[in-house]
Amino acid sequence: MNKLKVKIWRGGAEGAFQAFEVPRHESQTVLDVVTYVQRALDPTLAYRFACRVGMCGSCAMTVNGHARWTCRTHVDSVVDKNSEMVVAPLRNLPVIRDLVTDMREFFDKWARARGSFQGSRSRNDDFEQVRPDSKSRQEVDAAIECIGCGVCYASCDVVAQNPDYLGPAALNRAWTLQRDERDTAQAERLRAVAGDAGCHACHTHMSCTERCPKQISPTAGIAGLKREIFSSLFRKSS
Amino acid sequence: MNAKAQTCLWVAQRASAMILALCVLVHLGTMIYAVRGGLSAAEILGRTKGSVAWLAFYGLFVLAIAVHVPIGLRAVFGEWLKWKGISRELVLILFSTGILICGLRAVSAVFQ
Repeated sequence: MNKLKVKIWRGGAEGAFQAFEVPRHESQTVLDVVTYVQRALDPTLAYRFACRVGMCGSCAMTVNGHARWTCRTHVDSVVDKNSEMVVAPLRNLPVIRDLVTDMREFFDKWARARGSFQGSRSRNDDFEQVRPDSKSRQEVDAAIECIGCGVCYASCDVVAQNPDYLGPAALNRAWTLQRDERDTAQAERLRAVAGDAGCHACHTHMSCTERCPKQISPTAGIAGLKREIFSSLFRKSS
Repeated sequence: MNAKAQTCLWVAQRASAMILALCVLVHLGTMIYAVRGGLSAAEILGRTKGSVAWLAFYGLFVLAIAVHVPIGLRAVFGEWLKWKGISRELVLILFSTGILICGLRAVSAVFQ
């Protein structure tokens, strides 16, 4: 049986890679490899996963230098026959142990970017009508499928250089709410995402857009936020 | 510095970049024309002295640089050196003033 050589990060911020050999199978995913290591070779390996079908966003890791969702990444797509695979925790996040990172700061930044919907109607009111073919709704559709995996955040060089930066996922979330015609917190949200820690820190490297497993373009959302903030400078209420 | 002021800096840097893009093209075109045409320094000065158009053009060029460069350096200082706060802003204001004084002095020298 063919074997795959894999090196996996062990430890916290300080640690080292540990080498394993794993049976190679057709259509094998990176998550299959990590799971095999934990179940057959070393049960102390810590990693995180849930759905295994690309919905929950919990299994993202750094695979051969790039952040990826491991449940939907085939081994064949990241290694050729003779090379080895290197699996490490996501960049830009504190490592708890092995492949598990602390995602608190990542999600706290969503809150700081006012990433929660604020409407004006109560449960007693009728549903608000949003036309699916309206421009704003289509802009929301293009960005709404984020699963919060952190791949964009781990791939962002601005986050690495400027830890205060809200990051692509939080800004993308803010953008979907800015284009939601039912939302009533738009002025406050624009203030929350402006400036050195917000969308203006983005250098448009587009790593987030290149690596997003859901093919979302946070860069486009960030550009949209910049446009909205620029327009808001000329409005009296801002 | 609050987020609105930071946004204004961002706008100023983009606006000055647009001006600089045009200024650099005109400046390069002028230099290539002067060199290929074989103009001497005296002949070039003969054309710039007293010319309000060249004074305005290079004055705008210097102004755009004095706005653009310090704002760019501000980000570099913040991200690479982790230097933030009032000391960074003061140093960059001084730097901007230096660019403005040196640049306008050079512009006035070819005008007067």
